[in-house]
Amino acid sequence: MTYTFGPKISSSEITPREIYLSRRHFMGSALATGAALAASSALSATSPVALSFSQNAIPKPSDTVTDRALATTYNNFYEFGTSKSDPARNAGKFTIKPWTVEIGGEVAKPKIVGIEELFKFDLEERIYRLRCVEAWSMVIPWIGFPLSKLLAQVEPTSKARYVKFTTASKPDEMPGLSYRVLDWPYTEGLRLDEAMHPLTLLTLGMYGEVLPNQNGAPVRIVVPWKYGFKSAKSIVRIDLVTDEPKTAWNSAAPNEYGFNSNVNPAVDHPRWSQKRERRLPGFFANHDTELFNGYGEQVASLYSGIDLAKFY
Amino acid sequence: MVMVNRLPHSIQALILRNFIDLMSATTSSSFFKLPLSLIGVIKPLFFCFLLLPSLLISYAIIFDPLMLGANPAEAILHHTGDWVIYSLLLTLAVTPVRRVTKWNDAIKLRRMLGLFSFYYVSLHFLTYLGFDRLFDLSDMAREIAKRPFILVGFLAFLLMIPLAVTSTRGWVLRIGGKTWARLHKLIYAIAVLGIVHYWWLVKRDIFWPLLLGLVLAVLLVCRLFLFLRSAPRQRGARASS
Repeated sequence: MTYTFGPKISSSEITPREIYLSRRHFMGSALATGAALAASSALSATSPVALSFSQNAIPKPSDTVTDRALATTYNNFYEFGTSKSDPARNAGKFTIKPWTVEIGGEVAKPKIVGIEELFKFDLEERIYRLRCVEAWSMVIPWIGFPLSKLLAQVEPTSKARYVKFTTASKPDEMPGLSYRVLDWPYTEGLRLDEAMHPLTLLTLGMYGEVLPNQNGAPVRIVVPWKYGFKSAKSIVRIDLVTDEPKTAWNSAAPNEYGFNSNVNPAVDHPRWSQKRERRLPGFFANHDTELFNGYGEQVASLYSGIDLAKFY
Repeated sequence: MVMVNRLPHSIQALILRNFIDLMSATTSSSFFKLPLSLIGVIKPLFFCFLLLPSLLISYAIIFDPLMLGANPAEAILHHTGDWVIYSLLLTLAVTPVRRVTKWNDAIKLRRMLGLFSFYYVSLHFLTYLGFDRLFDLSDMAREIAKRPFILVGFLAFLLMIPLAVTSTRGWVLRIGGKTWARLHKLIYAIAVLGIVHYWWLVKRDIFWPLLLGLVLAVLLVCRLFLFLRSAPRQRGARASS
């Protein structure tokens, strides 16, 4: 609520859809370029770097993709400040090189993965709806690969039932950390079967380029059927655990943010309705919210027999 | 006057009389003296300052909604809400400022400031009703019943209506100064409800509602102090402040 007049987005910054699509087409045709090359260049520059990826995207929504300028200036990333415009303003000096992700806990082969290694996986584009718990939504073309592929490498043991994600915590570079709105570092979690689901994307890029810092660079998770806060950003640790992990928003307000937090129009947030959403940058909240954010066909079976109102 | 000379005498007389009236009006008290007084300068400044946010918002809606960021409707809701609280706090600051500085003309700002808070609360309410509830009154009624923070805000809005309606001199005379003053004490409740509304709606970061709440607390304590300091027999007389 600081009295700034919102992040100014000049119309020249908005990529016209035709140009955006043709750029993707161009990059699709440039697939021959080695992924390793993309990986090394992705980390050697601060300006957006194009990625190579395939487009066997599942599932593509019919919705219009949100303009990049909006998706990169309106972010909830409290480590950089609680206002939506703070992350774009404050994430510039966030260093993402070098970066490693430590994978441990109930696994046969714990390991520390360098970010370069992640860029060597086969990357694909997934156009997902993003539904925030605050009742707004966007449609974003993410680039990444199924988390299951990475988890398979570390061989979860029979005791592993949940996956816990831990976000980077660098007080020098993340001004929001000095303000204890949440328990830092930010943590999130999924059931193992949710984490292994093919829709759960370990994400390295968006809009054909590596992730901007404010969107969770260099690596984040995207779980499209859950409210946005479940998709942890700038991940440094992945632990496979036996018991349901403590997670940041759930610990802060358990009655408002459940561990499951599946998108569900029938279960209101205590302070607002989740029936409808505002598809940004629209004015009217006239978009009907769908159960599991419209991904019910793929994920509903994960929750058969579970009372979604009780385990919200 | 050459042209005037060609006109019939009756019309010449009319023009001259009006000309003289105009001259005397501009040189007499109201026209020249007003801008020279402090209140005559400050009041238009406050007027422009408080009108500006709504003008900027209107400009953005019409020409460039992205001036307001990726979520223009939310930005409008928040900006109009902020200005309700700012103008309420300014309204409540008038009396303490007047007492401390002995600048009695400050009272001439109070109605305007109060009406600005009503102006912004109306815009705030319309933004909510339109963009969030799609002008569906029954939907809005259900939401108000279910959500305490909206109920509190709506209550504050309802309480502001009688104050706005009775803000004219005519109404002061009609219901009597004492009744009027008692009625307008509602502003304390309204300001508290406004802060509570803000406090309950934020997700996690209570910095701004806390800060504005502290400003309100200071203003209310000021009043209590002024009230207690005044001799008991004067209290009735000062109740209008």
